[in-house]
Amino acid sequence: MKPFDYRRASDAAGAAALVAEHPGAAFLGGGTNLVDHMKLGVAAPDMLVDITHLPMDRVEALPEGEGGVSIGANVRNSEAAAHPLVRERYPVLSQALLSGASGQLRNAATTGGNLLQRTRCVYFQDTGTPCNKREPGSGCSALEGYQRYHAVFGASPDCVATHPSDMAVALVALDARVVVTDAAGGERRIPVAELHRLPGEAPEQDTVLSRGDLITAVELPEMPMAARARYRKIRDRASFAFALVSAAVGLELAADGTVADVRIALGGVAHKPWRALLAEEALRGSAATEAGFAAAAEAELSEARPLPGNVFKLELVRAAVTETLGEVAAELRGEGEL
Amino acid sequence: MDADISLTVDGQSHDLRVDTRTTLLDALREHLHITSPKKGCDHGQCGSCTVLLSGRRVVSCLVLAVAAEGAEVTTAAGLGRDGRPHRVQQALVEHDGLQCGYCTPGQVCSAVGVLDEAAAGWPSAVTPPGAGGDGGPALTAAEIRERMSGNLCRCGAYAGIVAAVEEAARPAGEAPAAPAPRGGGR
Ligand SMILES: Cc1cc2nc3c(=O)[nH]c(=O)nc-3n(C[C@H](O)[C@H](O)[C@H](O)COP(=O)(O)OP(=O)(O)OC[C@H]3O[C@@H](n4cnc5c(N)ncnc54)[C@H](O)[C@@H]3O)c2cc1C
Ligand code: SF4
Ligand code: FES
Ligand code: FES
Repeated sequence: MKPFDYRRASDAAGAAALVAEHPGAAFLGGGTNLVDHMKLGVAAPDMLVDITHLPMDRVEALPEGEGGVSIGANVRNSEAAAHPLVRERYPVLSQALLSGASGQLRNAATTGGNLLQRTRCVYFQDTGTPCNKREPGSGCSALEGYQRYHAVFGASPDCVATHPSDMAVALVALDARVVVTDAAGGERRIPVAELHRLPGEAPEQDTVLSRGDLITAVELPEMPMAARARYRKIRDRASFAFALVSAAVGLELAADGTVADVRIALGGVAHKPWRALLAEEALRGSAATEAGFAAAAEAELSEARPLPGNVFKLELVRAAVTETLGEVAAELRGEGEL
Repeated sequence: MDADISLTVDGQSHDLRVDTRTTLLDALREHLHITSPKKGCDHGQCGSCTVLLSGRRVVSCLVLAVAAEGAEVTTAAGLGRDGRPHRVQQALVEHDGLQCGYCTPGQVCSAVGVLDEAAAGWPSAVTPPGAGGDGGPALTAAEIRERMSGNLCRCGAYAGIVAAVEEAARPAGEAPAAPAPRGGGR
């Protein structure tokens, strides 16, 4: 591991400026991704700016009128998942958080770090193999390699990696936004759905953030369907495994039983949490039936471009979308869980 | 680059100088010779290095020692009182919750964390949304399997580990309830 200087940040703008000024600097959250990558040689910062002592550690209701809830960037994943405001208003977020990693890791992992964790592509993590994301221009080993955890939507010839966060998938379904402080001390808000990029020709850039941009909080707007939205994760073992495919689904039914509004976000399928806009479009105004749900999944899958090693994901997307919509619809109709 | 830090480990305070690259696990084992936290994978994947950091269970292999400056650390070796084992440790012995024992100190710290988290009302991935608000979700076998999934046991002593945590979770004096549903994990 490369030697590095360690600094404890005492204010957000100062931390942002420090990282912006030092090309080799990185923010340190819980360290569960960054320290791992430093050991692997995937990341080699020469300065760590520890932001965990900044006062961004609260979950609180947003002021009247603005609705919703704000989760500080330093709130640990376990605390966010257990917080009454999150469990009552956004149980899908609690479910997504709790389906990720392990109890120990969730106690350390922060909201900001979870969003900015990097892909688990095995070649990205192995400095002995070519990888355009780690070393631009070196090639993509996954194109002819292990593709089980790779993308079926929105990939490019330069990178077929997926974003691994469960939390981010729920946040996209909830229309959440991140609050960002930049090096000049300015503040801006970015929808989580627009935070992560598709790989295109620059897979080394995971997000639209610039060097020094510090996430200070995630804001969840008020959303009627959020209280009944649900998360489902399909993986290789029952617990402590990344998603092959996951789905965060919210549904609002009109009095006549048709779909008034819907949110579907998918995990494990793209370089970013994938908002299933085609499926949503197919559903709005149509009957909330199993056949309708299956047709919506099919509409989304018309955009899928699987790799030889992950064709099986199409069936998982079909199942995750159809069953989770069915589960939420049944709950809304008072039929309880399927 | 070196840094001077202080840590309180199992009730004893220590001042030490570490390279900033040192993890909490290496600081404990190599600098302070406190060897109950074990190094299995060194990447957060096995749980054998689990300690309680300011009362919360974490994997010490992914925590930098400098970032833990000033913190209170409890290892499995520091959990007993007056020469007597913690009730989680006692239950693991009684239920054959180990074979080689390498994963055990991590299992112990993790289980103590699980008891505290459940008592605080924290849900798990198998807790139905909306359930277990007050007094905390009941620690059924399915709950324990899910909550302990960050601790691998290469010897496969899982059956004994689950039984031991179930026992440790029962209020003192209470008889084992009707057989809890086993194998109910997802
Ligand atoms: C064995 C294992 C299994 C896992 N399984 C899952 C899983 O199933 N599902 C899942 O979703 N995740 C999983 N994870 C990943 C885990 O969720 C992440 O490692 C964690 O959320 C990262 O948070 P952190 O605070 O530790 O981030 P760090 O490691 O501290 O930081 C990660 C990145 O974010 C940057 N950063 C941190 N905070 C900020 C901020 N506020 N503003 C700007 N930049 C910031 C850092 O500079 C760094 O680049 C797993 C991890 C491990 C080790
Ligand atoms: S898929 Fe992306 S991250 Fe994986 S090897 Fe190819 S370029 Fe690297
Ligand atoms: S050694 Fe820390 S989790 Fe394996
Ligand atoms: S007892 Fe040997 S690894 Fe668990």
